[in-house]
Amino acid sequence: MKRHLLSMHDVTADEVTRILDTAESFREVGTRVIKKVPALRGRTVVNLFLENSTRTRISFELAAKRLSADVINFGAGGSSVAKGESLKDTALTLQAMGADAIVIRHSSSGSPLQLTRWVDGHVVNAGDGTHEHPTQALLDLSTMRQRLGRLEGLRVAIVGDVRHSRVARSLSHGLVTMGADVTLVGPPTLIPADAPSWGVAVSYDLDGVIPKLDVCYMLRVQRERQRLEFFPSIREYTRLFGLTRERAAALADDAVVMHPGPMNRGVEIDSDVADLPRSVIEEQVTNGIAIRMALLYLLLGGAGEPGDAA
Amino acid sequence: MSRRFVFEGARVVDPAAGLDEVRDVAVAGGVIAGAEETDWAQASERIDARGLVLSPGLVDLHAHLREPGYEHKETIATGTRAAAVGGYTAVAAMANTDPVTDNAAIVHLVRGLAAEGSCDVFPVGAVTKGLEGATLAAMGEMVEAGVRIFSDDGNPVADARTLRNILVYAKAFGVEVIVADHAEDASLVEGGHIHEGPVSDALGLAGRPGEAEEIAVARDIAVARATGGRLHLCHLSTARAVDIVRWAKADGVRVSAEVTPHHLALTDHDVATYDTNRKVYPPLRTADDREALRAGVADGTIDVIATDHAPHAVEEKEAEFDLSPPGTIGLETALAVALTELVVPGSVPLGRVIEAMSTTPARLLGATDHGGPLEPGRPANLMVFDPEAAWTVEAPFASKARNSAFLGCTLRGRVVYTMLRGELTVAEGKPTR
Repeated sequence: MKRHLLSMHDVTADEVTRILDTAESFREVGTRVIKKVPALRGRTVVNLFLENSTRTRISFELAAKRLSADVINFGAGGSSVAKGESLKDTALTLQAMGADAIVIRHSSSGSPLQLTRWVDGHVVNAGDGTHEHPTQALLDLSTMRQRLGRLEGLRVAIVGDVRHSRVARSLSHGLVTMGADVTLVGPPTLIPADAPSWGVAVSYDLDGVIPKLDVCYMLRVQRERQRLEFFPSIREYTRLFGLTRERAAALADDAVVMHPGPMNRGVEIDSDVADLPRSVIEEQVTNGIAIRMALLYLLLGGAGEPGDAA
Repeated sequence: MSRRFVFEGARVVDPAAGLDEVRDVAVAGGVIAGAEETDWAQASERIDARGLVLSPGLVDLHAHLREPGYEHKETIATGTRAAAVGGYTAVAAMANTDPVTDNAAIVHLVRGLAAEGSCDVFPVGAVTKGLEGATLAAMGEMVEAGVRIFSDDGNPVADARTLRNILVYAKAFGVEVIVADHAEDASLVEGGHIHEGPVSDALGLAGRPGEAEEIAVARDIAVARATGGRLHLCHLSTARAVDIVRWAKADGVRVSAEVTPHHLALTDHDVATYDTNRKVYPPLRTADDREALRAGVADGTIDVIATDHAPHAVEEKEAEFDLSPPGTIGLETALAVALTELVVPGSVPLGRVIEAMSTTPARLLGATDHGGPLEPGRPANLMVFDPEAAWTVEAPFASKARNSAFLGCTLRGRVVYTMLRGELTVAEGKPTR
């Protein structure tokens, strides 16, 4: 493993498998009455969340706590950042306080990489701007493997606003690394022009893609994008690219539906579809904690077998 | 009585005089002395310039000196010192100061601040009041105060009607007045940070597409052609923009164009590490664009190499990529970058580079004392550089800033002496003021 996890380009197929295998053994911890192991006792993990994200922060916080690490949550509101402190000074402060790992969520693409230039500790990207969100990709890979038994050769469509989605970037890279067959689907205005160079296919026809899929991965529609004239209306978006009941019915029997949350029910995904047994959205959330435990463990704990720690 | 110098055995490259030969150059009384005065016995100071190149001092058509208003980034004292270190004897100071150079009072203020500087400063006037793109700035009084170039640089002239009016209005003054535009279509670059393409897609940064420049260049040229106005295009960055300018020139449009050293040297791939010192507007483009820019300099489609020297404070650049201001400093590295990227590989002759960095910008600025020819009686504004010296760009700089896109790069060619009206502003590579 590299020292930091900034992008899914940072991890090889073997490392992804190792992270996923480690997460499998940690998943069991979450089912215990006492949901805690001592693997990272005495280590300090800082959640530096300069962009609001309650879900991801809680997931990282629980992951670190279940490993017995000391966890500090550092947000923008009410902190020194609100008083105008720079990212660099914030980083140096956290460093001086002995942070072993900094988990950063930031609205600026590239800020995790910049952070690595200022601190000695491990940096984990918990979502940077419209760049990447690698732990989301890892938990999605974990969910797919758990549900479908493999990643290689899986036919996956990622549907929606790929252009502005850090989830889509990381997941595409991760799936391509693992040998899956990825198609990006969405309005042409929201698919990056250069996406084919990522090793993925592009389609503007969701209906044509649906029947061939093992995984239909729906991205959240960011309503503010509509104002920027990327598509005419939410109604038209839903008509062309929403996972309606009719479309869901055209999925193969064992195909699954995924969504990184939070969902806009009735926009990119029909409410009934979100609640179907084939929809694994809650499993994604559960796996998120195990994946983040595995990652923090592998970055910080390092040596021993994951089985020993769990 | 000012000092007397003889530069002995220099290769003198002086495009204005059509000269490229090894000879001695004598300076006395602040001006170039005649051949009889090269006799070393008459000179109080002999400088061995064998193996060095002597040329007219460089002239920068596009620098941000930041004073008044942004003295935390740069001052006229530090900016002109940086210019001298880079071999410049004159720079055009862009108008986006605070207050904006949109009236004669600020022109005089900038000139006054520059009086003690290390090179001559030619204030550029704003096209519109406060650079706001709405009402025309007080052009007449600024022309009277000696301003010859007007630009809202940093902001494009967004409104074609405003551009049309300014190009027509500029004919009133009986002297050639040039309107210089930062050509990027505002709607296409809004929110963008780097060239739109594979790199911006991969980095998750909103892009500034090449066609934003091509649209603006084509529009500006259409307006210049219709009005007969005199247009200058700042920092071209795309291959097709060069093509459009080439076509316009062949068609008789009164247009000139510049390119920066960083666009001649770097591409969008050089920003892939989110290096904020390489965040510049217009953005670094593709290798094909860079090739076309080099060819444009070689064939004269691009008239001028200008730095777009844009100093920023350390804390401003040490920020998140999307939050950091655009710009790189350039005065101290421009010549070396041009030599390294154009002359060393053999794609552009040295004489053409000196022409693009001295002779032509001096003419456009109306800086008659600069840009050569280095003939007897002419002001001794010149520089001497070692074309072979290899050096690595590193802080500190003579500039107050250190946001150089070339930090860590090894370049060929270093200025040894710069002389302003017979006084050394740089000696042995070090500023004297």
